[in-house]
Amino acid sequence: MAGRVHIAIASGKGGTGKTTISVSLANWFAKLGRKVALLDCDVEEPNANLFLKTEIRVRETIYTPVPGVDEDRCTGCGRCEEVCNFNAIVIIQKKPLVLPDLCHSCGGCIMECPEKAIYEVQKEIGILEEGYNDGIIYAGGRLKIGQPVAPPLIKALKSNCYSADVRIIDAPPGTSCPVVESLRGCDCAVLVTEPTPFGLNDLKLAVGMARRLGIPFGILINRSDIGNNSIIDYCREENIELIASVPHSRLIAEAYSRGDFIDEFHSSFPHVFDALTAFAERYSGTGRSS
Amino acid sequence: MTVRELVVISGKGGTGKTSIVASLAALSGTSVLADCDVDAADLHLILSPAVQKEGDFIGGLVALTDQNKCTQCGKCAEVCRFDAFQENYEVDPIACEGCGVCERICPVSAVSMIDRISGRWFISETRFGPMVHARLGLAEGNSGKLVTMLRKEARRIAQERNSQLIISDGSPGIGCPVIASIAGASSVLVVTEPTVSGIHDLERVAELTAHFNIRTFVCINKADINNSNTLSIRNLARARNFNVVAEIPYDTAFTRAQMKGLSIIEAENGETADAIRSMWETMKCEIL
Repeated sequence: MAGRVHIAIASGKGGTGKTTISVSLANWFAKLGRKVALLDCDVEEPNANLFLKTEIRVRETIYTPVPGVDEDRCTGCGRCEEVCNFNAIVIIQKKPLVLPDLCHSCGGCIMECPEKAIYEVQKEIGILEEGYNDGIIYAGGRLKIGQPVAPPLIKALKSNCYSADVRIIDAPPGTSCPVVESLRGCDCAVLVTEPTPFGLNDLKLAVGMARRLGIPFGILINRSDIGNNSIIDYCREENIELIASVPHSRLIAEAYSRGDFIDEFHSSFPHVFDALTAFAERYSGTGRSS
Repeated sequence: MTVRELVVISGKGGTGKTSIVASLAALSGTSVLADCDVDAADLHLILSPAVQKEGDFIGGLVALTDQNKCTQCGKCAEVCRFDAFQENYEVDPIACEGCGVCERICPVSAVSMIDRISGRWFISETRFGPMVHARLGLAEGNSGKLVTMLRKEARRIAQERNSQLIISDGSPGIGCPVIASIAGASSVLVVTEPTVSGIHDLERVAELTAHFNIRTFVCINKADINNSNTLSIRNLARARNFNVVAEIPYDTAFTRAQMKGLSIIEAENGETADAIRSMWETMKCEIL
């Protein structure tokens, strides 16, 4: 295999098996002797390292800039409140009150303040952690509880591990901003789904998102024997690549519940990993990662 | 009359939130229902809502460059912190967050801010009562704002119809849409599962509900998949003073009901339906 590949593992619906696929694929590539990094971009609920069990060697606190007010300089003119499109500054009794959780860190208030009374202070949004184990570099983010906005943390996380040959991005569920930030710049994406009405509905959303972002993608059906043929039919109608199907296995579900399913998964379904490897190979060196 | 709000969340996705919400809706029969999982809404697949009223959701603003006026000076791209300006200073609407800094800096007024249609909201009727729901546009943000809007509508409808309770389906995670779903709600039901990730995510959700000081119930789904983890969850709940209101075995009834477009309560009788019924009775006594 030549060239680097950044592959995202995503899904509209939660709990379809993104992390299961991400960590076992990372292990698979590591066994093939590839230099692998796994980035857990589900910073709200990071779970990949519960399975990789990498010892964290580096921890870094991540901040985002929010406005601070120099009250000696502030005249209470209200220009900051006027220009903030996010209602993150309100003037109360001629004094600006900053609501940091609403701030998008655009810098608009600082540029507009006629008295230069606004400066930036750093607000903690979470931590990044990194470690190395069994040939896999693990990097993950952990959003601070109560912080609403994950994308800046995901952005900081994604600026790491560029030296890896294979960069696996374990994305959060959904189709909104944290997912977009996770998928941005990836060469290809695997959309993990299950053959149920919820699975199909959310898959369609994920497909729409991947198309809007212009990222080539294929589909992996997990627990392929639990529902109906709707996903296969949908892939056929939409001319979408079906990478592989994984049947439900109570044995693996139980191993997953304990946190040690990877070897069992590899030996039960080697064809799934061959298919995923071939899929990734096709996009290696093609895109933005190289 | 005070309207109470029960929000069903999970931390980890795919634990059975929506199936549980549909079942609680069936058992309640008189509640207002809200699907606050706006970026992957599924409740409508079970409740088949008949839309009565709908509208665009304006999530915020987005910049637009007028090429007839643009002199390609590049000041907009210099000040934009979201890397939203592409070739010829065209705006990438996915990257743009709508701050308006570019509009103010542009010396020739070539950039203007326009309304951003980020989704669509619906007010509907279902066989179990009124429902508010929405569809967030693909790759759109501001889901928290949309959730806040839905909850406001749900409260208005509840007042209007003298409903005592709003039952909401939340999204996975602990970020913006979840915070918008639970802030100020009377109770949260966390649907979890006895897996290492389920427990880890429950702990983070528990911290979040503690942060907002909201009464929390716990439902352990697939409880028999790992008995020692189920025990850990019970202990964790006890330590936090959370009431474990149900333990549901791993049951394909969830999938079977979903395939029929029914709640579990309507679809079949059995251990799972019984567990959900008893959960509803317990929560009802405590909430109302």
